[in-house]
Amino acid sequence: MPKVRRARTTPPWWFALPAMLLFAFVVLVPSARGVYYAFTDWDGLDPGFSFVGLDNFSAMFRDADAVQAIWHTLLIAVAITVVQNALGLLLALGVNSAIKSRNVLRVFLFAPAVITPIVTAYLWRNLLGPDGAVNSLFGVVGLGGWRQDWLGSPQVALWSVIGVIVWQYAGYSMVIFLAGLQSVPKEIHEAAAIDGAGPVRRFWSVTRPLLAPALTINLMLSIIGGIKLFDQVYALTGGGPGHATDTLSTLIYKDAFTLGEFGYSIALAVVLTVIVAVASTGQYLVLSRNERATS
Amino acid sequence: MNRYRRHTFALELSMIAIALVVGFPVYVLVNLAVRPASDTSSPISPTTSPTLHNFTQAWQQGALGGALGNSVLVTACSVFVVLAVSSLAAYPLARVTARWSRGTFLAFLLGLVLPFQLASLPLYQTMRDLGLLGTPWALVLFYSGLQVPFTVFLYVGFLRALPRDFEDAALIDGCTPLQGFRYVVLPMLKPITVTALVLNTVAVWNDFFTPLLYLSGSAQQTMPVAIAGFVGQYVTDWNLIFAALVISILPVLLVYFLLQRSIINGFAGGLRG
Repeated sequence: MPKVRRARTTPPWWFALPAMLLFAFVVLVPSARGVYYAFTDWDGLDPGFSFVGLDNFSAMFRDADAVQAIWHTLLIAVAITVVQNALGLLLALGVNSAIKSRNVLRVFLFAPAVITPIVTAYLWRNLLGPDGAVNSLFGVVGLGGWRQDWLGSPQVALWSVIGVIVWQYAGYSMVIFLAGLQSVPKEIHEAAAIDGAGPVRRFWSVTRPLLAPALTINLMLSIIGGIKLFDQVYALTGGGPGHATDTLSTLIYKDAFTLGEFGYSIALAVVLTVIVAVASTGQYLVLSRNERATS
Repeated sequence: MNRYRRHTFALELSMIAIALVVGFPVYVLVNLAVRPASDTSSPISPTTSPTLHNFTQAWQQGALGGALGNSVLVTACSVFVVLAVSSLAAYPLARVTARWSRGTFLAFLLGLVLPFQLASLPLYQTMRDLGLLGTPWALVLFYSGLQVPFTVFLYVGFLRALPRDFEDAALIDGCTPLQGFRYVVLPMLKPITVTALVLNTVAVWNDFFTPLLYLSGSAQQTMPVAIAGFVGQYVTDWNLIFAALVISILPVLLVYFLLQRSIINGFAGGLRG
């Protein structure tokens, strides 16, 4: 009696209800309202507000600070993605070798990733100051010429922020790459070595294709994390000097909570949403095609 | 092929050198946290007369004990709710192929992409109308919903790869669906539950933006916001600030080093999910 059996073993739909209600209350309904508010002059308090069409969006593209913040957001996302993953992969290859300290190093190098970002950012704000430890260290090792105001100079500040994030999360990328590397069977490596493939050739032809799932996750995490970046910028520079390190997230916060322009702030959040959506779907399409092609 | 050769030794040395560079900020952090304010030597030279005075002062003046308690409360409650509702929801979503099931799963996937900045401002208004602003319950409610899509996604991926035979047998033997879930499905979900537990705990514990919004101006703070307030108050007293930073990092690192294997596997575990 296959029919009866199936009817009895199907879990009921209401199992999904509590999760759905919470999700709808916290994410779906407020997000939908947010999209609506983006077309109004809502100030966050007054229940009376009026529809202003695309005014918030056209104001945004005339607002040099907003346009700059969008560029910073994209630059941060791309730079973090490239540098953090390149370093993470190198660290993973190093830790996956025959060295004796590999287990200790793995635990140690990942540790920054579990520390609260706002806390590491305050730590680095001091280290990167004019009299901070970074400049002292450069002085001691004879690189005094490299000393500068890492967070106070508009040309350097954005790169300092990127450096702090890479410091914190390179170990995270490493751990995910490492899980990918350890899923590569030893036999395949040995077979390739017997067939005369050198280490570089083995990496490219054996390891790299099998790393595709780890790469997908790592790229997704770093791109989306980079686009939404808030804590570190808030604590390191507050978006300054001037607006040199403002990102979409810091601008959303400032416009809403220091300027009271909720409608405009939410329009910025809509732009952020569109960027995240485009980046993640685009990446999903490209990488899933690659994964299929290489597997 | 994994023999220890001369170039392995060179690799070992360079990896240790990298680890020292990564650890350098932590050295400076501790070095300055134990330093009396009168000592103005270079931040990288070891402190000559270390003191614990900064720690006692930071603990008392920063109300860090209360913040620590709030963080534990908010994290424990939210993570418990998220794991409970998400694992329960994942069960039908992974097993039923009807249209409502696929539609609900797609809605959760949409939630993965929506940045919380979009929802947090309108939700701010709702929380205010409900009288929850300034209380830890606003955060518990927020994280309980925010973390659902990602957690459901982990559970559904894991469940789909599991055989149905055990649940079927339990239900045929007379279990109700809820008993079947509680006593048969949930135990099989243990590996992915560890992953979800680790990732959600770290995400909730470390979040700064949400408590900054929903708890601003209230005496009830979580650790990250208390730290930000502390830095705002003692702007240049870095020895004191660093002591506060150490206090906030210590419980996290302690748990990390005790449970490092499960935690690292938890982070890497999303890969298999």
